[in-house]
Amino acid sequence: MYVHGEIWTAKEMFVLPNEFIYWSIQIVMYPFMTGLVAGAFVLSSLYHVFGFTKLKDIARFSLVFSFALLPVAMMPLMLHLSQPLRGINVLMTPHFTSAISAFGIVFLTYACIVASELWFVYRKHFVDTAQALKAKSTRTTGENLRLKLFSVLTLGAWDVSPKALEKDHKAVTVLAAIGIPVACFLHGYAGFIFGSVKANALWMTPLMPVIFICSAVVSGIALCILCYIATMEIRKFLARRKGTAGGLSVEQLKGVEAYEVRTSARYLLIFMILAVTLELLDIIFRGYTAVKSWEILRSVIYEIDFFHIFILQFGLGNLVPFILLLIPRLTVRRAAIASALVLFGVFMMRWNVVIGGQAFSLTFAGFMHYHLPIIPTTWETFREGLAGALLVITTPFVLFYFLNKIFPVFLEEEAH
Amino acid sequence: MKRRDFLKGTAIAVAGASVPLAALDWIDAREAFAARDDLRWIFLVDTHKCVGCGFCVKACKYENNIPQETNATRTWVERYVMTRDGQVHADSPRGANEGFISRAIDRGTAGPLEIADEDITQAFFVPKLCNQCDLPSCVQVCPVGATYKTPDGVVLVDRTWCIGCGYCVMGCPYGVRFFHPIEHVAEKCNFCYHRIHRGESTACATACPFGARKIGNLRDPDDPVTKVVMTQRVGVLKDAFGTKPQVYYLGLNMEVR
Ligand code: SF4
Ligand code: SF4
Repeated sequence: MYVHGEIWTAKEMFVLPNEFIYWSIQIVMYPFMTGLVAGAFVLSSLYHVFGFTKLKDIARFSLVFSFALLPVAMMPLMLHLSQPLRGINVLMTPHFTSAISAFGIVFLTYACIVASELWFVYRKHFVDTAQALKAKSTRTTGENLRLKLFSVLTLGAWDVSPKALEKDHKAVTVLAAIGIPVACFLHGYAGFIFGSVKANALWMTPLMPVIFICSAVVSGIALCILCYIATMEIRKFLARRKGTAGGLSVEQLKGVEAYEVRTSARYLLIFMILAVTLELLDIIFRGYTAVKSWEILRSVIYEIDFFHIFILQFGLGNLVPFILLLIPRLTVRRAAIASALVLFGVFMMRWNVVIGGQAFSLTFAGFMHYHLPIIPTTWETFREGLAGALLVITTPFVLFYFLNKIFPVFLEEEAH
Repeated sequence: MKRRDFLKGTAIAVAGASVPLAALDWIDAREAFAARDDLRWIFLVDTHKCVGCGFCVKACKYENNIPQETNATRTWVERYVMTRDGQVHADSPRGANEGFISRAIDRGTAGPLEIADEDITQAFFVPKLCNQCDLPSCVQVCPVGATYKTPDGVVLVDRTWCIGCGYCVMGCPYGVRFFHPIEHVAEKCNFCYHRIHRGESTACATACPFGARKIGNLRDPDDPVTKVVMTQRVGVLKDAFGTKPQVYYLGLNMEVR
């Protein structure tokens, strides 16, 4: 009979009997996914709040994508609970000394902000669609359903006069402005969950929330660039077949794409510098102050996890994309590769924090090695294994596909 | 009055008193059963007496329905061996459920280590269990309050309310927590709360043939355990974490982690 964690943990030297890797791949996925949510939102806000008009096209895209990612941020947490059906208890008996119990509140606040912002951005589209459907003399069942849906979505606000739209626009700006700190808080608090665990020598640093916020923005921007490129490629493909897509020719699409990608890549670079600086600062600081735990941390960072930290995370995930993005005349393909690598780098950062933090024993004399379950043989190896992680990764794309039917990210006409 | 009778009396009195005042008032079980300012459970471990037989570990698993064959345990015994080159070797094979049957130090995947007799300068055993901390970090981090501290100082886990997030497992600096292999909720030593309230000793203390483990009441100055804690050089584990452990050790070596 196995106790939780035993299946994927190998122990070396002196490790306490109850010590296993308890927080496995899903807890790596959790900050990774919330990071994407927060990052995508920050990217969209750059346009709405600070008026970076250059990012107009990608801003709407990242807002919808952020919404698609929202429910997925909760998935890994639920999958990780050994009593998932009791997840609701957190909302019923919140304990304010626990960082996890703040999750429900922060998360719901954030969800409301994103949802209302989306509504204001797309209200005109809802009204237009509903009215166009209404005007039709004969409607199919599908069209009737669509009419109902869009009528409901307007929430009874049918006024699309320039004055009303101006108000919408203001509301979006305000919401986006409130949203930035809340998004940062959402992720900063995810960092706090780790940073406040005093029993863990690697996690225990006040820098943790800040590091998490910076890398969250990095990952969000990278994902939006990548997905934006992917959808644009699909649009170009359609345009080639039909002549135009959304009224734009292939050449026009190419121009827009290259422009948007190049601009967002610049923001990506800025945030990457910030994130890497902070992470390196943390390592250097630990080495310099060298408290008692440094001895074992050093052997984890420089020996056991060297490949994961310095080759995969900093090398492949930071340095290579950094160079790729800095070389002049950035092409869309190069940006795509760089963004994919950045995403990988951020994932590895989460991995190294979560798994690396559990790689050494509380005795400071032993190590634990994590072997990710690949083939799901039981519910446990499914949810805490590769299969569970893939499920979490693919869900937002499925959601995005359906959301895009309601909130088309590429409207020809301005939505507000 | 016996402890047991006293508790019964309190329970009835509290229950009775609360009915006419507010018939709808909930009776707080903690108030009814443990709100005694003359009670604070503590534990005393005498490392000089422990021989590492592991009887306590076995008894604990029987008493608290932890399958014997699982590798996690509410209490365990560690073996420390110091050698002439100044090195410290330690292990606790399967929590010492069968005691220390091999002379070789168990180092997991690094393989066993044989140490020659003449190289050994010092060797001893250290039993460990939940410290029922005064400022328990496990209680602090539990998002649903499933882990809570009773007024008489024992930290308990509510098996019907724990969501199994593992935050408490991460938050405990002593590594005493694990997940129950059948109940799938956080699990740890609770000083045999069900036994000590009947006026009995804990299962591990009862099973120890050498008296290396003892439960006591810190608020009772005549309690033999309290007397030792008050008058002798006792130590606690990992004081620096600020959790204020309430398991006291006699003859604690600084090498013990
Ligand atoms: S030893 Fe660990 S589990 Fe026990 S009370 Fe202290 S912090 Fe909680
Ligand atoms: S595992 Fe259970 S007892 Fe532990 S923190 Fe989570 S809910 Fe609380």
